[in-house]
Amino acid sequence: MREKLVIIGNGMAPGRMLEHLLERSPERYEVTIFNAEPRVNYDRIMLSPVLSGEKDYEQIIIHGDGWYIKHGITLYKGHKITKIDRTAKTVTSEHGVTESFDKLVIATGSVPFILPVPGNNLPGVLSYRDLDDVNAMLVAAQSRAKAVVIGGGLLGLEAAAGLKARDMDVTVVHLMPTLMERQLDPAAGYMLQRELEARGIKVVTKATTQAIIGQHRTEGVMLADGRVIPATLVIMAAGIRPNASIAKDAALETKRGILVDEGMRTSDPDIFAVGECAEIGGEVYGLVAPLYEMARVAAARLTGDDSATFVHNDTPTKLKVTGIDLFSLGDFADGDDRQEIVLRDATAGVYKRLVLKENRIIGTVLYGETTDGAWFNDLKKKQVDISDMRDTLIFGQAYQGGSPLDPMAAVAALPDDAEICGCNGVCKGKIVGTIKEKGLASLDDVRAHTKASASCGSCTGLVEQLMTLTLGDNYNPAAVQPMCACTSLGHDDVRRLIKAKGLKTIHAVMQELEWKTSCGCAKCRPALNYYLVCDWPGEYADDYQSRFINERAHANIQKDGTYSVVPRMWGGVTNSKELRAIADVVDKFAIPTVKVTGGQRIDMLGIKKEDLPAVWADLGKAGFVSGHAYAKGLRTVKTCVGTDWCRFGTQDSTGLGVRIEKFMWGSWTPAKVKMAVSGCPRNCAEATCKDVGVVCVDSGYEIHFAGAAGLDIKGTEVLGLVKTEDEALEVIVALVQMYREQGRYLERIYKWTKRVGVAEVRRQVLDDVERRRAFYERFVYSQKFAQVDPWSERVSGLHKHEFRPLAAVGVAQAAE
Amino acid sequence: MNWIAIGTLSDIPQRGARCVDTPSGKVAVFRTAEDRVFAIDDHCPHKGGPLSQGIVHGAAVTCPLHNWVISLETGKALGADEGCVRTIPVKVEGDLLFIALEAHAHKAA
Repeated sequence: MREKLVIIGNGMAPGRMLEHLLERSPERYEVTIFNAEPRVNYDRIMLSPVLSGEKDYEQIIIHGDGWYIKHGITLYKGHKITKIDRTAKTVTSEHGVTESFDKLVIATGSVPFILPVPGNNLPGVLSYRDLDDVNAMLVAAQSRAKAVVIGGGLLGLEAAAGLKARDMDVTVVHLMPTLMERQLDPAAGYMLQRELEARGIKVVTKATTQAIIGQHRTEGVMLADGRVIPATLVIMAAGIRPNASIAKDAALETKRGILVDEGMRTSDPDIFAVGECAEIGGEVYGLVAPLYEMARVAAARLTGDDSATFVHNDTPTKLKVTGIDLFSLGDFADGDDRQEIVLRDATAGVYKRLVLKENRIIGTVLYGETTDGAWFNDLKKKQVDISDMRDTLIFGQAYQGGSPLDPMAAVAALPDDAEICGCNGVCKGKIVGTIKEKGLASLDDVRAHTKASASCGSCTGLVEQLMTLTLGDNYNPAAVQPMCACTSLGHDDVRRLIKAKGLKTIHAVMQELEWKTSCGCAKCRPALNYYLVCDWPGEYADDYQSRFINERAHANIQKDGTYSVVPRMWGGVTNSKELRAIADVVDKFAIPTVKVTGGQRIDMLGIKKEDLPAVWADLGKAGFVSGHAYAKGLRTVKTCVGTDWCRFGTQDSTGLGVRIEKFMWGSWTPAKVKMAVSGCPRNCAEATCKDVGVVCVDSGYEIHFAGAAGLDIKGTEVLGLVKTEDEALEVIVALVQMYREQGRYLERIYKWTKRVGVAEVRRQVLDDVERRRAFYERFVYSQKFAQVDPWSERVSGLHKHEFRPLAAVGVAQAAE
Repeated sequence: MNWIAIGTLSDIPQRGARCVDTPSGKVAVFRTAEDRVFAIDDHCPHKGGPLSQGIVHGAAVTCPLHNWVISLETGKALGADEGCVRTIPVKVEGDLLFIALEAHAHKAA
């Protein structure tokens, strides 16, 4: 007969405890879990990336439903335990389920501290603890209104950065003079504040919250000095309290948290407590590393290993805000018996401080440059006497003993017991050993087997370096294809960092992301130019020299160095006046070939570059604008005749095609975008092999996307059916904007879709009406700056140097 | 050397190029981001693409037709490709640009 183990709570600590338990003694217990949150075990420390949009919920699940089934664990989701009966050895949930136990583990975590001020219960006041909070914030963020975050600690700043990434106007209100004062000294706290302010987050320090004001929901935060900061959303991130009430009710010993011994046992020997609800040696913990240590100890004790004991260890703090590097560890208060070494480079945004006592490191604060964090941590842990390297200590490991500045050498030099992953307490020896022993070859494998870099992920780079060291050429780091030889970053990283770091020029991107070349190459420069055009409409000045010649000359270069020109014919419709003007231009410039393109437009081929401005001038007089047939942008919207003429047409396909083209022309995209609208399922406009297609049917508009008829031939996917032309336009625009924001340069819609998934695109631009609207509005905004006819610009003299030779020299010329 | 004035530095955009018509064909004159100036035949060794129309990066240009990368300093194709384009002597005096066409004249004749 198996013993019965009941766990109250399903957070990260009990989740990890179960993993250890199943590893040690899979058959010993029949496990039942009660979880007040209605979901499986997920990685709570990754909530910030979910809030900022870098990850979604599915990506942060630790144990999915299948895991519980596989291990025969009963999981009650959404069941809050209201009573522990220690005599009967049972627990009872609010839904009335009673379960008996032989051993009980309490893992109820913590509750957010809500400031006891008037208005703290108004709608619009949220805490930041679980996925429900994040979802509520995301809904609030869609209104793009004003948010105030109360609390400038780790959690508050992550919330602020996440809301800012969602386009909210964010103010952080902090009681103390500098941010994160428990982890950072004033200098580093100040640098952090400046960095956040540079990203548009307002910071008010020395601010006491007096009240939250508002009639029916929150309207603002009033400070003690009378200032009122308007806020439609208020996040309370002023601290957490161990959630010990149920243990208290059961007459277990509690102080701040549930008192446990070094084996995680409470005052009742059959009841354990792990996680944020437990108090041990006078301490309660909020960072994940000690919680995982508790999980390890509890699992050992539950399987009869009484040697396992919890030992307090300092844990480094890292802020999970993309683009901000921050590391702090240990004790760094001033004191007579302490000395410090400080390196400060405000311009470069680097600050390092080591606090020493008797020639040993007791505290470290690193800001802006944190690669040596693990090494300093190791010196501190082992209490190494640093007298011999004092002069160069602050410069880090690479400068010790004259060893080269190769980051790989630094990792190679780390001892086996150096901690690599702080969250999971995994050391170098364990990682290297497991890679060798189990023949691991991918980062995911290493994460699965060692847990290293499986939590907050900030040590991923170090783990990858270890993999390279161990596997040599057999390991291809991250398998992320770099954009080009100028960088080791992939397109997605670069796009993310451009946003996160607020980079607004190509030069700034190359400088900040440490490009290996002075001015990039023909692969990265056009890509960066596009990303900046897309991300900062109205702010970024297009870099002409980073465009391919087709976009520079607004015509297609052909094999002999001549160009071809395609005027825009909206929806493929033309008239005698336009045709006459085209014919006149063909005659006047002796254009050798005139051809109808696959997208129903007229192409004039074989034009000399010098003639281009004059050709455009004549076409412009007839009312033509550039057809962008050369562009990584919207090209044509092909149409059939629809209800105007066709016996079968169900909707005005020509009209819709013209409308889409007039709405979207001029927009730049990662690669060319071709569209079509067919008036009935006979599909004469061939809409089902386009980037975006519409097939009109009796009941409305069937929207298609992700087709291709080029290098690959691929039918479209159906996005969905909408009722009205207005809806069709909005969905199409939102789809293209989503692609503009996420696609890699030169990646067609069908390839991007393959990466993102049809369901995800459908979810974001069809099902989620708010998000669709936001995409749509961002597109409309960027069009204000994009819908400029490049031909008329060039005719009026812009970049005229492009079209004339610099000089003509030599005898032959004179003789002509 | 027979130096011929062809224009001024400011006539060429940074990281850009302009062409000069000569008896022996088009010469492409490049200006890099650091204001270094180079001149080479405007004719990619691969399929004759107009190098002056390519993207200039560092001291190299990528041909607009098939992405060969040509060194502006040596005229040699970089990377895996093999080929060479003729370089033409060029100098800057103050803002004025000169190329030396002596070799050309002989060739043309």
